[in-house]
Amino acid sequence: MLFNTLSLSALVLVPLIAGAAALMIRPDRLRRGLLISAAVLHFLLTITASGASPVLGGWLALDSLGHLFLGIVSLLFLVAIVYGVGYLAREKQTKEPGRVDAGSGPLLVNSRESWLTGCLLFYLSAMTLVCVSNHLGLLWVAIEATTLASAPMIFFHRRPQSLEATWKYLLICSIGIALALFGNFLLAVSTSIITSGESPLLLDQLLLQAVHFHPQWLKAAFVFLLVGYGTKMGLAPLHTWLPDAHSEAPSFVSALLSGALLNCAFLGILRAQQILNASGLAAFGQELLMGFGLLSMGLAAIFILQQPDFKRMLAYSSVEHMGILALGVGLGGTAVFGAMFHAVNHSLTKGMLFLVAGNILSVMRTKSTAEVRGLSHLMPVSAALWMAGFLAITGSPPFGTFLSEFIILKAAIEQSHYALAVIYLLILSVIFVAMASIVVRMVQGVPLRAREPAAHGESWLMIASPLVLCVLILILGVYMPDIFEDLLRDAATVVGGSA
Amino acid sequence: MQDLLFVLLILTGFVFLGSGRMQFGIRTVALQGILLGLIPLLGNLQDLWARLTALAVLSLAIKGMVLPYFLTRAMHKSKALHEDNPFVGFTASMVVGIICLGGSFWIASRLPFIDSSQPKMAVAVSLFIVLVGFFVIISRRKALSQVLGYLVMENGVYIFGVAFAVDVPWLVELGVLLDVFVAVFVMGIVIFHISKSFDHIDTDQLSSLTG
Repeated sequence: MLFNTLSLSALVLVPLIAGAAALMIRPDRLRRGLLISAAVLHFLLTITASGASPVLGGWLALDSLGHLFLGIVSLLFLVAIVYGVGYLAREKQTKEPGRVDAGSGPLLVNSRESWLTGCLLFYLSAMTLVCVSNHLGLLWVAIEATTLASAPMIFFHRRPQSLEATWKYLLICSIGIALALFGNFLLAVSTSIITSGESPLLLDQLLLQAVHFHPQWLKAAFVFLLVGYGTKMGLAPLHTWLPDAHSEAPSFVSALLSGALLNCAFLGILRAQQILNASGLAAFGQELLMGFGLLSMGLAAIFILQQPDFKRMLAYSSVEHMGILALGVGLGGTAVFGAMFHAVNHSLTKGMLFLVAGNILSVMRTKSTAEVRGLSHLMPVSAALWMAGFLAITGSPPFGTFLSEFIILKAAIEQSHYALAVIYLLILSVIFVAMASIVVRMVQGVPLRAREPAAHGESWLMIASPLVLCVLILILGVYMPDIFEDLLRDAATVVGGSA
Repeated sequence: MQDLLFVLLILTGFVFLGSGRMQFGIRTVALQGILLGLIPLLGNLQDLWARLTALAVLSLAIKGMVLPYFLTRAMHKSKALHEDNPFVGFTASMVVGIICLGGSFWIASRLPFIDSSQPKMAVAVSLFIVLVGFFVIISRRKALSQVLGYLVMENGVYIFGVAFAVDVPWLVELGVLLDVFVAVFVMGIVIFHISKSFDHIDTDQLSSLTG
């Protein structure tokens, strides 16, 4: 079928071409229209893409794991963009650019909106390429491209702090990615026993021949890939860029960074784990993943305690959840299913929380948790969503996150990792208490200073997107559609889990 | 012939460590890019000659000419002509370099080689260059020095690939080149903005975001 052959290329090319066009389009309305239509088209292509045939000689292919991650990226992008367009329109109207959600500080001129739009679309294209590439070299190129496309978005406000965040992000992630390239070369060396000749890094072929690879070189390759992509994914102790970038970017960009970008880097690690599984060295990778996972969770808990900045609190919570994902895959068995489910839940929840944080910031004009009080008086809908988001992200029932975190816990107990299960629960409860004390104080009480309630009320553009995400997480908590469950199951099997 | 290139690459590493003048550093990195482009051309290659040559020339042009030109412009715009006050002095840096070199050769001698035709020298040089790049990134203050360090590190990784004649498809190789190019380009733009809003590009003073 023609459609099947074209759909993978179209997924990558649609945002790429739209992005190039956006750089040149002058009228704001037309450009924003293009952005939304590209996002809608991308989403439609994504949900119809199952069974798409490989293109470029097998370089681009969509397996269920890639499809799951692509679905997360596409859905989150669409929802965040609808919010983002409203945000950009408000930003244009105010006489104080950068004030809508940049917090206090000197006024500076934003970057051009056409640049932001172009980068957003390039970023979508690069993330799509990450999900559909079946060649480890191409995967590397795509992950580095996501860094480069997202860096200009972080310094949209051009404030000194956003420059600082962008610099750290670019430098630390580029170093990480360079290490991952080293990992790819090491992997190629480990395959050199078998001289099959043509492109040695094609994933399908690697998986078929992995048993014959040189184990020591393969282990070294995995370590470098894990550290390299782990930097981008935000695993502790390589996460240092993450809180800065997430807190300084415009809020809908933070939502995309946390919900989509981190997953893409995780996909790189999962591909490496797939090869280890096929070569019979699964345990080596799993132990490392468990170690990094627990460390990330623990470190995040320490920084969430008494965190004075609510966007940084969300950023550290992303570190925590990336830790949970790594831990789930490291445990293996049913926990992998839990991790896949958790990836979806985390992306939706964190996307929602960052969007609501953007609303709070635009009214309170501060990121300080100490100066925000009485949200329920000032902006009732956002306050309710903020509270719901907090309950969801900490894994309270009836949200989807509760189920996925529970599945991972259950797997840990079933495999008699009792100590690990206790530590896991302990960290989760510390984070629950720490976030509760911050969030509840923000929502309740009396506003500190007399502030006019949101200048033009809470417009539907500010509310609709987070509300949609909130409803989705609630639905996932009580009812899982069969198609979705099959996709999760297949994806988990790809990474060596059992359902 | 290749051995000579590797020796020259080691020398560029030391020159890079011992110099504080930005222009000199940029030229050293450019020279390294040119040497790197020459390695595959001097190896024993019979097949795919045209393709390899085209890629080598392209890599040579980008790493040896385009990026240095761009970095020189960034240097003049940000008025950072000299690394005034690095965390580790230049003489001490040379000593660190010697330790790195010894360590690299030691590690390379202990790696399990699959067959004897594989070049141990190349692995050692590759590791050494990566370590030099990494050390410069953490021991210098100026953002421009850190970009140079990143480029050196990337070169080191690349030496490894070339030396093992890892058959990287041209599409990937082009992609890697493009990524490095865009990375340096974006870093250059950020440096320009940093110098505009802070009047300097000392990264140790970019420290308002913590906790």
